[in-house]
Amino acid sequence: MTDEPLLRVSALSKFYGSRVGCDNVSFDLWPGEVLAVVGESGSGKTTLLNCLSTRLLPSSGTASYRMRDGQFRELYRMSEAERRFLMRTDWGFVHQNPADGLRMTVSAGANVGERLMAVGDRHYGKIRATAVDWLSRVEIEQDRIDDEPRAFSGGMRQRLQIARNLVTGPRLVFMDEPTGGLDVSVQARLLDLLRGLVTDLGLAAIVVTHDLAVARLLSQRMMVMKDGRVVESGLTDRVLDDPRAPYTQLLVSSILQV
Amino acid sequence: MPTPLVVSDVAKSFTMHLRDGIKLPVVAGVSFSIRAGECTVLGGPSGAGKSSILKMLYGNYAVDEGQIIVRHEDGLIDLANASPRTVLAVRRQTIGYVSQFLRTVPRVSALDVVAEPLVERGEEREVARGKARALLAQLNLPEKLWALPPATFSGGEQQRVNIARGFITEHPILLLDEPTASLDATNRNVVIELIAAKKAAGVALLGIFHDHDVREAVADRIIDVTAFAPGKLAA
Repeated sequence: MTDEPLLRVSALSKFYGSRVGCDNVSFDLWPGEVLAVVGESGSGKTTLLNCLSTRLLPSSGTASYRMRDGQFRELYRMSEAERRFLMRTDWGFVHQNPADGLRMTVSAGANVGERLMAVGDRHYGKIRATAVDWLSRVEIEQDRIDDEPRAFSGGMRQRLQIARNLVTGPRLVFMDEPTGGLDVSVQARLLDLLRGLVTDLGLAAIVVTHDLAVARLLSQRMMVMKDGRVVESGLTDRVLDDPRAPYTQLLVSSILQV
Repeated sequence: MPTPLVVSDVAKSFTMHLRDGIKLPVVAGVSFSIRAGECTVLGGPSGAGKSSILKMLYGNYAVDEGQIIVRHEDGLIDLANASPRTVLAVRRQTIGYVSQFLRTVPRVSALDVVAEPLVERGEEREVARGKARALLAQLNLPEKLWALPPATFSGGEQQRVNIARGFITEHPILLLDEPTASLDATNRNVVIELIAAKKAAGVALLGIFHDHDVREAVADRIIDVTAFAPGKLAA
């Protein structure tokens, strides 16, 4: 295993006019690590995620990514085509709303197969076999492969979106509230699935969530954001069991006990 | 005897920002070391800071002052100032921990909860499960429970899952936070045997045991935590 990070982020800021999106965020992410970014609505966590995944360009700061050849590349200096290629092959992006990450009017199998074709697979039989395999890994039954995601429940759609993202064997996955809007039982199943996949595949992931329980279950490290700034960061269990910043203490003390 | 862990001049307080920033000192001037093949016991009444000390050694609580030097792989690391990534590596390879309560994960069976630390260290899943079965059997957890997630288990059953999870690996240092609190006499004796086996294998153990009999049976040394009360240092 290499001892270099996969992603190095330095002094990243994004301003919307005079309004702060995120301000001076720096961190390193290593292969196999899951980093949770928590904070309430408007804290800048989604802005940060969008900047990191190059869906949004930052106002200042740098982020460099270690490509498969071992070379670090500066994300914001890549061409649009190179960034799109990275998005299609080496990265995944799991949206809160599956409709944003899926094509709702093509079949489940095609949703998974499309990503494979984007990386150059052309053999129909092979693509379909891989699609079937991935659908079973996210617990979608084989006889649903020709159905459109429109006919799926919310939880199934989210699992399909995860399959679509992971089928190309990405090294880094961005997740924006992956369990938001799901029933708790569906959420538990999805979390368990994500946990297993992340461990088995050795993925690095950046998970934005406002749910501290989700952060506890999925991540090893955590950043707490408020008003665009990182107010506290560290090991997830350390931040949750011994919160130091006033805002983190407020967040932790606001968790409802069951 | 090698000394795998040395604590020097460690202090810890909690600042309660939601209570006008009042500062609650927990411990100060904590200094001790533990030795391989011995079980050191933290003694003192509830609230003296015993659990806080264990949690600092595991990286679960931040350390305000002082050093926690641990022998990890071929070097020495100061856990009080280590990066999260280093703390995770120390937990994987060097320091094991049996917490007071099991934190359960939905849908993961008791067997896999126990096997997980070994799998993380690179063991084959089936080999790890084999060892997990042996430990759960030794701790008298009914076999019909092994395939179930422990969330609905009784306190004593959960604690046995937790103990098995902590004892399955060969970490050179093992921290025990009241591992016998909700066990019956038979299973307390099993834990005493497990601790004896760890000592024989050269593991350095540090534990909190409120049960007098267990403490008598396992302790080589008792450290009185009241000596680290914050007021004492100032006085």
